[in-house]
Amino acid sequence: MEHLLNIFIKSIFIDNMVFAFFLGMCSYLAVSKNVKTAVGLGIAVTFVLTITVPVNYLVETYVLKKGAMAWMGEGFADVDLSFLSFMIFIAVIAAMTQLVEMVIEKFSPALYNSLGIFLPLIAVNCAILGGSLFMQEREYTSIAEATSFGLGSGIGWFLAIVGVAAIREKMKYSNVPAPLKGLGITFILTGLMAIAFMGLMGIKL
Amino acid sequence: MSTNEKEPIFSARNLKLFTAPLSSENPITVQVLGICSALAVTVKMKPAIVMALSVMIVTAISNLVIAAMREYIPDRIRIIVQLVVIATMVIIVDQLLKAYAFDVSKQLSVFVGLIITNCILMGRLEAFAMANKPWPSFIDGLGNGAGYGIILIIVSFFRELLGSGSVFGYPVLQKLGVYSTHYENNGMMILPPMALILVGGIIWFHRSRNRNLIEK
Repeated sequence: MEHLLNIFIKSIFIDNMVFAFFLGMCSYLAVSKNVKTAVGLGIAVTFVLTITVPVNYLVETYVLKKGAMAWMGEGFADVDLSFLSFMIFIAVIAAMTQLVEMVIEKFSPALYNSLGIFLPLIAVNCAILGGSLFMQEREYTSIAEATSFGLGSGIGWFLAIVGVAAIREKMKYSNVPAPLKGLGITFILTGLMAIAFMGLMGIKL
Repeated sequence: MSTNEKEPIFSARNLKLFTAPLSSENPITVQVLGICSALAVTVKMKPAIVMALSVMIVTAISNLVIAAMREYIPDRIRIIVQLVVIATMVIIVDQLLKAYAFDVSKQLSVFVGLIITNCILMGRLEAFAMANKPWPSFIDGLGNGAGYGIILIIVSFFRELLGSGSVFGYPVLQKLGVYSTHYENNGMMILPPMALILVGGIIWFHRSRNRNLIEK
């Protein structure tokens, strides 16, 4: 249990998707103009990450890894499909986003309306595929670990986008040099926020 | 199939497709595409250049393939088709890197795979290749890959020079004897935040030279 909490905290603060790996920067920069939409996108990303990372973990362990297909019988024991992982992961992500979109539309039209435009975009958000690829690279050993990693990195991304959106709302009233306006200052802000987050490095539970 | 009868292969218009993304329509500083995987690979120059080349190849070829198929792709499933084409190209690049440049491939880790969701690819496919002939699309892909590469190389040059005191793995500062004047490497440069701040600086410089790019 402690171990899971450790992965969770680590993926929020230390290995933060935005500040440590620059993942999901495109939508991070495009959708952080005001806090309300940032919250919407943040929730959607957290949601999709929490679902896709464990699903891709199952796909990885039972289909793609070398020897993973042993459960199908002797003949499959040494099949290695890991070179296909990019394509399968992206297909799973695209399918899961579609599914999540349909489920939300059915059960919570209000949430659907507020997330509407962002959900399809999530399929090509690097943070989502990045989550699955990191899961594969770091070789998590159980589905619980993969889930807590997915949830943690989603929340980390959420914190980052909401934080920067709040600062950008205030920045409107500041006197920024003209060539730095908009994109430039956002980059520098993100850099400064990342430095602040680095203060949390070394936390271990 | 790739040449256009009416205009020569390297017409002025095609040349402009290649040069525009290098500066005035740079994918990173102006179109804000593809930042995701760009910054994490810029600690050293070598992986940055490998990454830039990989992106350039994948962008150019998938632009070419999609432009050639553009009339046969049903509109509703085009995103999936584009993703499949891109993923295939990335798998090829990844396998090649693993076979011929294993150490670089290890340094790039997940970021080769992340080329798939690099927004430059989807952005250019949607904005250009779906509406243009294969040859101009190919050039557009090359140009955008190169524009991306330039930023990567600038950022990695400064980070490697100031952070590790070397250029392309060659210890320039040590050979010049800078360390004997009590100069120290700036360890901050190797850490992720400085990549962001450097790109912010590049954007500042670029926009103060091209005033028409300034945001309102």
